[in-house]
Amino acid sequence: MSVEYEVVIGLEVHTELKTKTKIFCSCPTEFGSEENTHVCPVCLGLPGVLPVLNKRVLEFAVRTGLALDCQIAGFSKFDRKNYFYPDLPKAYQISQYDLPICYHGCLEIEIGGAAKKIGITRIHMEEDAGKLVHDGATINTSAYSLGDYNRAGVPLLEIVSEPDLRSPEEARIYLEKLKAILEYIDVSDVKMEEGSLRCDANISLRPQGAKTLGTKAEIKNMNSFKALQKALEYEIERQRKILEKGGRIIQETRTWDDAQGVTASMRSKEEAHDYRYFPDPDLVPLVVDPQWVKEIKDSLPELPDTKRKRLTSEMALPDYDARIITGSKALADFFDRVVAGYNEPKTVSNWMMGELLRLLNAKGIEIDKCKVTPENFAALLQIQADGTISGTMAKTVFEEMFSTGQDPALIIREKGLVQISDEGILAGVIDKVIAANPQSVADYKAGKEKTLGSLVGQVMKETKGQANPRIVNKLLKEKLPLFPA
Amino acid sequence: MKITVSDTEHVAKLARLDLSEQEKKRYTQSLNDILGYMEVLNRVDTTGVEPTAHVLKLQNVFREDTIRPGLDKKLALDNAPEQENGCFKVPRIV
Ligand SMILES: [Zn+2]
Repeated sequence: MSVEYEVVIGLEVHTELKTKTKIFCSCPTEFGSEENTHVCPVCLGLPGVLPVLNKRVLEFAVRTGLALDCQIAGFSKFDRKNYFYPDLPKAYQISQYDLPICYHGCLEIEIGGAAKKIGITRIHMEEDAGKLVHDGATINTSAYSLGDYNRAGVPLLEIVSEPDLRSPEEARIYLEKLKAILEYIDVSDVKMEEGSLRCDANISLRPQGAKTLGTKAEIKNMNSFKALQKALEYEIERQRKILEKGGRIIQETRTWDDAQGVTASMRSKEEAHDYRYFPDPDLVPLVVDPQWVKEIKDSLPELPDTKRKRLTSEMALPDYDARIITGSKALADFFDRVVAGYNEPKTVSNWMMGELLRLLNAKGIEIDKCKVTPENFAALLQIQADGTISGTMAKTVFEEMFSTGQDPALIIREKGLVQISDEGILAGVIDKVIAANPQSVADYKAGKEKTLGSLVGQVMKETKGQANPRIVNKLLKEKLPLFPA
Repeated sequence: MKITVSDTEHVAKLARLDLSEQEKKRYTQSLNDILGYMEVLNRVDTTGVEPTAHVLKLQNVFREDTIRPGLDKKLALDNAPEQENGCFKVPRIV
């Protein structure tokens, strides 16, 4: 009989903070600039320099800690993590070891309809490393590497979860939720593809019911939510096979190869984790003022869960819609701004869930690149509500707005998209359609009520979609009584 | 705690120091002397004394989040032993 295994996962998430300058020097943090143009003696680790903490980094760390229900340390300090790697100009990384700024937090996720609390062990501040480009295909086949230190010293938060996650799906949901919170509190761009949100996972298996943890592997290089889930699924199978054969898991760091769909050992040297941390004498300790913490707490914006509850309770949105809309801050903000201009939340939500997301997905773009402004979106919904244009027309106008970013009133005028509601004009068209479709008319009269739809369609076609369908329906029914009066 | 030659070798390797056999012996002795002194210090009653995180009585030294010009790219690279395409060129890593 085979043993049932329990999966145990903890995540270490690194997020780059969106400050203007680096953590310990005044170089810009801007992404994607020419190599080595955002450097100075401090972030290049030249001798005789003194790092000074960017106050905004501490504020963002506290804000993140509060959003994740953490305790904020009254006393905290920076330490040096020593290792030789050429992306690290000083041969040590300034980080926090035993006194991190935040600890003992939690984040609630929803799994299979039930809420589950995931513990946050700690959050600490540290500096990012530079970027290396290898001359060969991989680091192992490269004769040399090229160092760009624009990223060296960009502020990072490392957010460490408790080993409370029990499946790759839970890990993905946790990361998605964490990303949304970081986005809501506006401390990071959280773009996995640009590396401003990165995730490593510790994963182990243990026989169901066992109290002690199994030997874990640390998985790196998962650059998307999908990669995280796939890498963990792969790793579970790998470890399960070893354990089922009576083998032992080696504690090691493994890298996810997305193209091959496998994790591979990084052949870590035995002393790789011997970082010899010690307090950084260049940086003085931090004593956080509780009054300042309170001010930050009071200034926290509405978080995704609170917002979702408000959308379902106050605005009567279905939970599914509310979840999608609040799943990203950009989408939630967009929703708020459309509703500010057109106060029918349910209609706005329907349009966002339908047309907007459909077009965004089809074009593969994010909401922040969408050309339709919330104000124009609201204007369109108002024009439709006034009866000036039909729902079908509104969709055509929306598509045009989506590709050009133009004002809906302008598009309607240019395309001559005004709905015809004049009964006199429509009656003339209807007479023509009745005369041209004797068969449909006969079917309808014989009791096939659905045929009316095709007649309405013909009228719409004749009027190039401009007829008011409600009036066309009404007139057709009047002209074709089912039971002779 | 007694430091052995193999501990010294391990620490030297981490620090990328190439020690001669004679140096290994000398540093093993030095490290043991230092740790021995720590044991003397350990005998002091430190009940109620906060661990020292910094020798200066300073805390909360901050900078505002304001951009200031750093090093010109050419200047930054001038002292590099080797450079290529505007980057610092470093030897094979693994
Ligand atoms: Zn700098």
